[in-house]
Amino acid sequence: MNKHSLSAEARRKTILSIVLGVICVIYVLPVLTVVINSFKLNTYVKTDTFALPNAESFAGWANFIKGLTFGNYPFLKSAGYSLFITIVSTALILLCTSMAAWYIARVDSKFCRMVYYLCVFSMVVPFQMVMFTLSKTADTLKLNTPWTIPIIYLGFGAGLAIFMFVGFVKSIPLEIEEAAAIDGCGPLRTYFSVVLPMLRPTMISVGILEIMWVWNDYLLPYLVLDRTKYLTIPIHIQYLKGSYGTVDLGATMALILLSIIPVIVFYLLCQKYIIKGVAAGAVKG
Amino acid sequence: MKHKHSNAAVNSSMIRRPIRRWFPLFMGPMVCAFIIGFVYPFCKGIYLSFCKFKVTSDAHFVGLENYRRAFQDASFVHSFWFTALFAVISLVLINVLAFAVAYALTQGIKGSNLYRTVFFMPNLIGGIVLGYIWSMIFDGILSRYGTSILLNTKLGFWGLIILMCWQQIGYMMIIYIAGLQAVPEDMLEAAKIDGASRWQTLWKVTIPNVMPSITICTFLSLTNGFKLFDQNLALTGGQPYTILSDGSSIKTTEMLALNILNTFYGQNANSRGTAQAKAVLFFILVATIGLLQLSANRKKEVQQ
Repeated sequence: MNKHSLSAEARRKTILSIVLGVICVIYVLPVLTVVINSFKLNTYVKTDTFALPNAESFAGWANFIKGLTFGNYPFLKSAGYSLFITIVSTALILLCTSMAAWYIARVDSKFCRMVYYLCVFSMVVPFQMVMFTLSKTADTLKLNTPWTIPIIYLGFGAGLAIFMFVGFVKSIPLEIEEAAAIDGCGPLRTYFSVVLPMLRPTMISVGILEIMWVWNDYLLPYLVLDRTKYLTIPIHIQYLKGSYGTVDLGATMALILLSIIPVIVFYLLCQKYIIKGVAAGAVKG
Repeated sequence: MKHKHSNAAVNSSMIRRPIRRWFPLFMGPMVCAFIIGFVYPFCKGIYLSFCKFKVTSDAHFVGLENYRRAFQDASFVHSFWFTALFAVISLVLINVLAFAVAYALTQGIKGSNLYRTVFFMPNLIGGIVLGYIWSMIFDGILSRYGTSILLNTKLGFWGLIILMCWQQIGYMMIIYIAGLQAVPEDMLEAAKIDGASRWQTLWKVTIPNVMPSITICTFLSLTNGFKLFDQNLALTGGQPYTILSDGSSIKTTEMLALNILNTFYGQNANSRGTAQAKAVLFFILVATIGLLQLSANRKKEVQQ
């Protein structure tokens, strides 16, 4: 009897595993379709979307070469700006908000509490609420270049980071910092050699969330950046449809593939942290 | 006790006083950027919603006129109902499917980790890129039937739902898995000994225990639904259009966020005040959902 129910249980698990496996295959099909179509001639993308490229429709690397060069703006330049903006914005957010969060949690004055609650409030404000005035402010202050847009990201993205960092700093026992102070550490040294190392797990979570946000963000850079000079990857891909007249679907798919490869590699390398970071952000936010 | 308390106060002032001197370094950059990037644009946005303006410098006060126009704008009202319907349907589908997948993945089956990795992957791809991937797929299918996602409002709606499910199920699944793993093992064991069926255990033990996760995911998918923008822009861009009896046209698959953007940067620069009023209404809507979530979470904490 027991043996029988055990084997039934095993069979149930096998069936479940197979069903999920099938769903998984369906799940990756959209990405596979992109891969297939990036090697197809433009005319075949729309008519034979789901067929593998054959002798007739195979385009080789032509789509990639065309995608990287067509239009009046090289794709690699957009990719470079995207990379720069993402790295600098994330680094700036991590450094400035963690320092501010430590100050807020430890000083705990009226002003600190006000800043903290404003930050929490900013988390529920959708971007559309501030987009017009923010892009005007950025223009006036000449913050409309890739070199300065991290400041905008720091300002608009501070909310979640402050919220998560303050929550974590409050859970760190004060005794550690007191010991550092007794040993003669000033606040700067206490922060950089005592507090900062302890913030590491939260740093990783916040960093992952900010990287995912900034890298994929379309509207903020679209409105803030001077678009005659600077594009990011999402803006570039959106432009393919809009301003180049007839769309070369093959070339578009090649660019889409190029733009998701780094994301997937990043995901596979830091999967553990990404999933943890996302869960932490969701539960707190 | 009293002694300990005063001691702590002395010690914490040992930390507090020296830090205060470093205010410009620790708080300065963040506060300045926060004012430029959020506080000033937000306040100015509220003010401009009561003004008529083309550029921010020529604004003059018109009271509630902009709000009246926003409510009278047929495209705005249409986009509200379209968005609300979208948010509710995607909320139900995403949560039911994500919970089912998470439940299956916590049964100790082979390949769980691989499956989890795959299901979460679409989350990392940005909305614009996702929109174009699916627009190609839908075109490939629908062109065989002589139609397109840009020609039919219903197709556009369900296209957006499919896209959103594909992207969000993995995300919600992660939260549900965390919740399911925290269900006390002994409660499940007790249910088994008492002879409860698998179905009974799910409804009477598992689901009540993952209620906090369900609350989080419900609100998250609701806000995501209302705030959806990139995917909407890339997949349908609001098409198809309908002409109303008064000659104005409505983009039938346009959601709230896209409607606001189009009102701001459309051909009629006079409607910027209206656009800002719409943005304030949009903010109130999203913020209300956020506050409801906060209070729901609070209640849970009190009960526990």
